[in-house]
Amino acid sequence: MRKCSLSEMNKVFARIASAQKLYLPVDGEAGAEYKLWEEGTEWSNALNTVKSPKDFFFPQLENLMEFKVTGKSIEVIDTRKASEDFVVFGVRACDVKSFEVLDRVFLVDPVDSYYATRREHGTIVSLACTRPTETCFCRTFGIDATEPQGDVVTWKTETQLFFEAKTQKGQAFMSLIEDLTEECDGSEVEAQKEKTGKILARLPLANLSADAFGADKTDKFFNAPEWKTLSEACLGCGTCTFVCPTCQCYDIKDFSTGSGVVRFRCWDSCMYSDFTKMAHGNPRLTQLERFRQRFMHKLVYYPTNNDGMFSCVGCGRCLSSCPISMNIVKVMKTLGDKADD
Amino acid sequence: MQKITRDALVNKALALLDNGTVDRVLGWKKGELAYDVTPAVFTDGKSIGEGFVWNDFCGANFSKYLIAETKKTGSKVLVFLKPCDTYSFNQLLTEHRFDREKVYAVGIPCEGMTDVHKLRAAVGEGICNVEADGDMLAVSTVYTDEPVNVPAAEVMLERCLVCKSKKHVAYDELLGEEGEVAESARFDQVAELEALTPDERFAFWQNELSRCIRCNACRDVCPACTCEKCVFNNPSSGVENKAAANSFEEKMFHIIRAFHVAGRCTDCGECSRVCPQRIPLHLLNRKFISDIDNFYGEYQAGAEVGSRAPLVNYDQDDLEPSEVFGGRE
Repeated sequence: MRKCSLSEMNKVFARIASAQKLYLPVDGEAGAEYKLWEEGTEWSNALNTVKSPKDFFFPQLENLMEFKVTGKSIEVIDTRKASEDFVVFGVRACDVKSFEVLDRVFLVDPVDSYYATRREHGTIVSLACTRPTETCFCRTFGIDATEPQGDVVTWKTETQLFFEAKTQKGQAFMSLIEDLTEECDGSEVEAQKEKTGKILARLPLANLSADAFGADKTDKFFNAPEWKTLSEACLGCGTCTFVCPTCQCYDIKDFSTGSGVVRFRCWDSCMYSDFTKMAHGNPRLTQLERFRQRFMHKLVYYPTNNDGMFSCVGCGRCLSSCPISMNIVKVMKTLGDKADD
Repeated sequence: MQKITRDALVNKALALLDNGTVDRVLGWKKGELAYDVTPAVFTDGKSIGEGFVWNDFCGANFSKYLIAETKKTGSKVLVFLKPCDTYSFNQLLTEHRFDREKVYAVGIPCEGMTDVHKLRAAVGEGICNVEADGDMLAVSTVYTDEPVNVPAAEVMLERCLVCKSKKHVAYDELLGEEGEVAESARFDQVAELEALTPDERFAFWQNELSRCIRCNACRDVCPACTCEKCVFNNPSSGVENKAAANSFEEKMFHIIRAFHVAGRCTDCGECSRVCPQRIPLHLLNRKFISDIDNFYGEYQAGAEVGSRAPLVNYDQDDLEPSEVFGGRE
């Protein structure tokens, strides 16, 4: 383990930024957001960003390719530029776990090469939590906020930042800043982890359980009458899906530029009324079906297809952002409590 | 702190259910945290007793829910309306969006609602409990042994700080005392924006709207946005855009929406309350309201049912566009 004084972090950031692009949470009007580090940029102390870091690998909007039509021939143009290495700094344990959720979608056959390229070029420097908040429930999904995954893991105390490389990419990162950090033992980190652990156990959602949910539980929950009351006030907006680090659905469309066609993809939301619109119509006619889909996907369908792994990481963004304060915690409590039969 | 008590609302709801005036109640339901109140339909005394809340976090405006609720059964639904909610209620009636006969509206006074974002900024992480006491909120967190006291006015929603009316403009029955239309400073910020140069104003909106994630929460919560199929949701419209392709499209959505609700927006403030990116969307609408007031005489959408909004009315004395643009630098 190595450490660096927090007062020296600007040098660390400058060193990394001289080698590759460095993104980190910065305070903004709406709360913290990931921004490109430049001289003068201040690293936010916020617990987490309003939007998740999934944009780095799965951007809200990207052009996939272009088509040029000349006479009867169509030319397909790959518009991708060469990817550069980049670092995402200060990612919380929940969000690091969300990359694993996304990997299981985009990196299985057929591999999404757009996503894969960005994953290959990205180094994740995670940051252990010290001040978790009332909307946090990562423990429910077996995530330890004091021990995140990542290429490099960091822990922050009052005065120091502690680093530990976990992967080859992480070692490369550490060698870049070797002269700015010093070797140390992990005793301060252990003390910090214990302190945070006690707070995590006292949070309002500390005892939320996902045990009732998981693989192959479709029949148990699909027709539950509770979906009606749970979805009743849902506005059908996409806030929960767009702030969610694990929501991965997208739409692909063609845009005519007049002289050609640009094929792009953008995030889509299962909460939207046209999400499942097909040539024959729409199988999800009301908000109940759309609402149910989102939570069944996180708690049942995804685990069914991914060795029991849930596709919620308990980051709590939907709890903070939903206009009507309906969220996965309320769904789990309502359906989970009655699932003991 | 709210002057009218939860008990007063619960007793009214139970009495109206009991005597058959209504068969369900649109109210605010307790959540898992101190502040995560959800709109809900209650159908019996037991669920009302267990789940109904009335506190400083009941900001949600129920008027728009009446469109769906009044289509459900032949019986009446009880709706509790804060003064600002009654303006949306009237505006929806003006636009024939729901059946008035199927609603029993109870007006309730409101002392202003808390902005959870401001509350978090004031007390920090780990909010466990919030108790209102007079003008103060006592907030317990996992990080403090004693509750932190915060003046309610410091963490109030912007729309409440510039409350336009404590008077209800629609109800079947009123609980508590009726208030007055207030002297509001709600156009001060519009004046500040008008005082900027066009370039500065453009930069202001560019910065604000660049944060938009096109979640559509502003549109979906808006009582004036009641199209059954929004063009921006319609794959056949040709302008459906789920993500903004560039900064022009970012602005286009919000500006078109503001034009579409011009003269119909009551300034209920729900758009800004629900925006996850904290974009002050209400300022676009207020600019239109302020312009309409200046060009056609003061007009408050929703103040009465059936009024003809200036933008859908014609008068021989109406202002000519040249008079407006001629008056500008």
